[in-house]
Amino acid sequence: MSEEEKVSEELEQYLTFVLDKEEYGVPILSVRGIQGWEKTTPIPNSPNFVMGIINLRGEVVPIVDLRRRFGLEPMEYGANTVVIVVRVEQGTTEKTVGLVVDAVADVHDIKNEDMRESPDFGSEIKQEFVRSLGLIDEKMVIILDINRMVDWRELGATADQAMKNAVSNEEAAESEAA
Amino acid sequence: MPEVSASSNGMDEIRQIFEAECNDGLNVIEAGLLALKAGDNNQETINDIFRGAHSIKGGAATFGYANIAEFTHVMETLLDRVRSDELAVTQPLVKVFLESVDCLRDMVECMGGGEYDEVRTAKVKAELETWLGDEPPAEEASEEVTNASADDIIEDNQQATATCWDIKFSPRKNYLQTGNQPQHIFRALAELGEVTLKPEFDSLPEFTKSKPGEMYLTWIIELKADVSQEEILAEFDWVENECDVEVIARPGTEKKKAVKPIPPSEPVQEQEQAAASNAGQGGRNAKKDSGSIRVEIDKIDKLLNLVGEMVINQSMLNQFSSSNRKGEVGGAHADLDQGLASLERTTRELQEAVMNIRMLPVSTTFNRFPRLVYDLSEKLGKEVDLDITGETTELDKTVLEKIADPLSHLIRNSLDHGIEAPNVRVASGKSRSGTVGLSASHEGGNVIIRVSDDGGGLNSEKIFSKALERGLVKEGETLSEQQINNLIFQPGFSTADEVTDVSGRGVGMDVVRSNIEDIGGRVEVYSNPGKGSTFQITLPLTLAVLDGQLVKVGEQVFVVPLLSIVETVQVDPEKINVVSGSAPLYRLRGEVIPIVDMRSLYHINGEEVLSSYEGKELVIVDIDRNYIGLVVDELLDQHQVVIKSLETNYMKMPGILGATILGDGTVSLIVDVTTFGGPMIMGSDTNRVTH
Repeated sequence: MSEEEKVSEELEQYLTFVLDKEEYGVPILSVRGIQGWEKTTPIPNSPNFVMGIINLRGEVVPIVDLRRRFGLEPMEYGANTVVIVVRVEQGTTEKTVGLVVDAVADVHDIKNEDMRESPDFGSEIKQEFVRSLGLIDEKMVIILDINRMVDWRELGATADQAMKNAVSNEEAAESEAA
Repeated sequence: MPEVSASSNGMDEIRQIFEAECNDGLNVIEAGLLALKAGDNNQETINDIFRGAHSIKGGAATFGYANIAEFTHVMETLLDRVRSDELAVTQPLVKVFLESVDCLRDMVECMGGGEYDEVRTAKVKAELETWLGDEPPAEEASEEVTNASADDIIEDNQQATATCWDIKFSPRKNYLQTGNQPQHIFRALAELGEVTLKPEFDSLPEFTKSKPGEMYLTWIIELKADVSQEEILAEFDWVENECDVEVIARPGTEKKKAVKPIPPSEPVQEQEQAAASNAGQGGRNAKKDSGSIRVEIDKIDKLLNLVGEMVINQSMLNQFSSSNRKGEVGGAHADLDQGLASLERTTRELQEAVMNIRMLPVSTTFNRFPRLVYDLSEKLGKEVDLDITGETTELDKTVLEKIADPLSHLIRNSLDHGIEAPNVRVASGKSRSGTVGLSASHEGGNVIIRVSDDGGGLNSEKIFSKALERGLVKEGETLSEQQINNLIFQPGFSTADEVTDVSGRGVGMDVVRSNIEDIGGRVEVYSNPGKGSTFQITLPLTLAVLDGQLVKVGEQVFVVPLLSIVETVQVDPEKINVVSGSAPLYRLRGEVIPIVDMRSLYHINGEEVLSSYEGKELVIVDIDRNYIGLVVDELLDQHQVVIKSLETNYMKMPGILGATILGDGTVSLIVDVTTFGGPMIMGSDTNRVTH
């Protein structure tokens, strides 16, 4: 028992997935499930990477398109499109969010000693979303900071403005029509 | 290490329970104090107050909150004087006690971290000590008085008293993991008298086999104190399930023969239980009170979610059954239908029962107001009685919490602006003291809360001219008195001639109204000049479900709360007037109603602007007595829907009240019609629509 504990202290398991040919990882303990893409109910005035909400066993859960979130070229959703459901921490609360990715890759044990601080290596995605880099054999996996990736508190401020714009757009349109 | 986190969580949990118990105790004390009229030494009330203080003190000492324990100790000693009729109850005394309650609340709140007002606490404590006289009695002596008098009815019963005791204290292995520390017990015992500790190492395992976090020691404690066995055992109350205790009087030192040494005799327990229920779960006896249990609200919400799911599943089955039996008669389907009907009944009942768990009597909120009225009337130099009725009416916990602030604002307002000063009242032939009424009752599917006063009532003329001044109404506009009075809820309206710190900073009533509307309620004012005014708040029974009209816009289904729908009509394009620079208007039986296209408001189908209103439906909603028409493509069913907050996993979105899951499992958004009111749709000219 105690030996096992010793080992688990040094490595963590990561679920990795593919996004535009690059492999990314999230801590497996934050993953609640993996499921296929299903039609969402769009939420008006949401950021463009929020695809809408779905019913996840009675819970209303928002779905985030990671390609759009990272500013990558959006991809058509197909039969292989996968949603990884994760728990993210926002301040004192935990929220459940679905992440749309191209495909799930693998589960890896990564030793803490094989973790590298993320250098500014000119990756396609924003530096703030990257927690660290993990080495698996000779391969490199980008470990994401999922708490930073979907922080609704930062995004909330823009929604009010969007609704106001919607109203003034409408009014402008109507006055044009007149 | 799992052990470590478990024990720190355990401590946290225990602190929370203790905090809740302290608050219960403080509420009891406060209610008791307010009930005490000058000179009226109602023994039962004083006992209630005393018990509340005593249990807080006991708990605080056990958990090492010395500040709280010391403070309550002084309070308790003074209370004891009152109880033994050494000190008469006077207004100043009640005031000091009430201030002590405030200090204690402050301290209790800061138990988990944060800083309380030490200067104020020290001041109040000093004041309490002044009441006690120059010579506060010694700690031990007062403790003895305390305990003896707390059990005064049974004091002649079997009490073993001796001057020297041997106590064998054997904590169980998990003692530390439950958040307890043996030294707390030692400290508490040291307060009773001289303590000598002798640890025993008999059960200590070999070093390699011992686990950190487990307790292997036993102590023999010699206590030199002139106390009873009960008093010693009382110190172990908190940990009675986590240890074994033997208390034996040192031979030759007994004062009275113990008739029944252990356990405490039956009458004692009964007495304690009575005390516990009297004190409303106050204190350490609360765990024996089987009338109610504390449950985390999260657990209930989880249950509610599951039952909501069940309702959805059940309606899915119903749909499935009815769409599959076309053309078939009798046989298995009849049985299936019967089963489904009974399932439907049970599910509904279950849903109702689970929702009932969230319901609390309004008294939990109303109870804070006697204190408020007391403080305010002192401050304002007015004489005011608070008359509370219907406090057993039940409301959803969330609604109750959110109604507290608006209510206290309305009560402040009634005291400040409603009730006149005593001499003014006498001059106009009224009684010197005014009455503020606070009532709750069921009416229809709603709960109505009224705050009324027998003061001067509203001055409609003054309100109208003020509204004119603020540009809220136009010159020459004709409004009924009722409409004028309700102008006080408009933003930026305040008739207070001068701003006081009691009420009126120009952000009064509109905040009250928006708070109440946030929880799906409504507020109106009725006034009778010279006789008083009444604020009437209409609240939904619960926030968890809502009757909704399903509407289709483009491909999406929205839910419009049925409560706000006035009527639905088919759009007649000829009745639409397009006015430049604002929403189009619709003529409906002589009234002109602005209409809003939900399609563009909610960005459906790429924000395309509606080209034709032909064949569309108009849902007319009432927003604060202004009608607005929502243009939708199609009207679907009406359903009771379970409201799911978007904020649980996402964030609050403007124009959306929440989401719900429909019978087919898809998610639908609930429209928040209140955001359509005011400047959002109608521009800054909020009073364009009158009728």
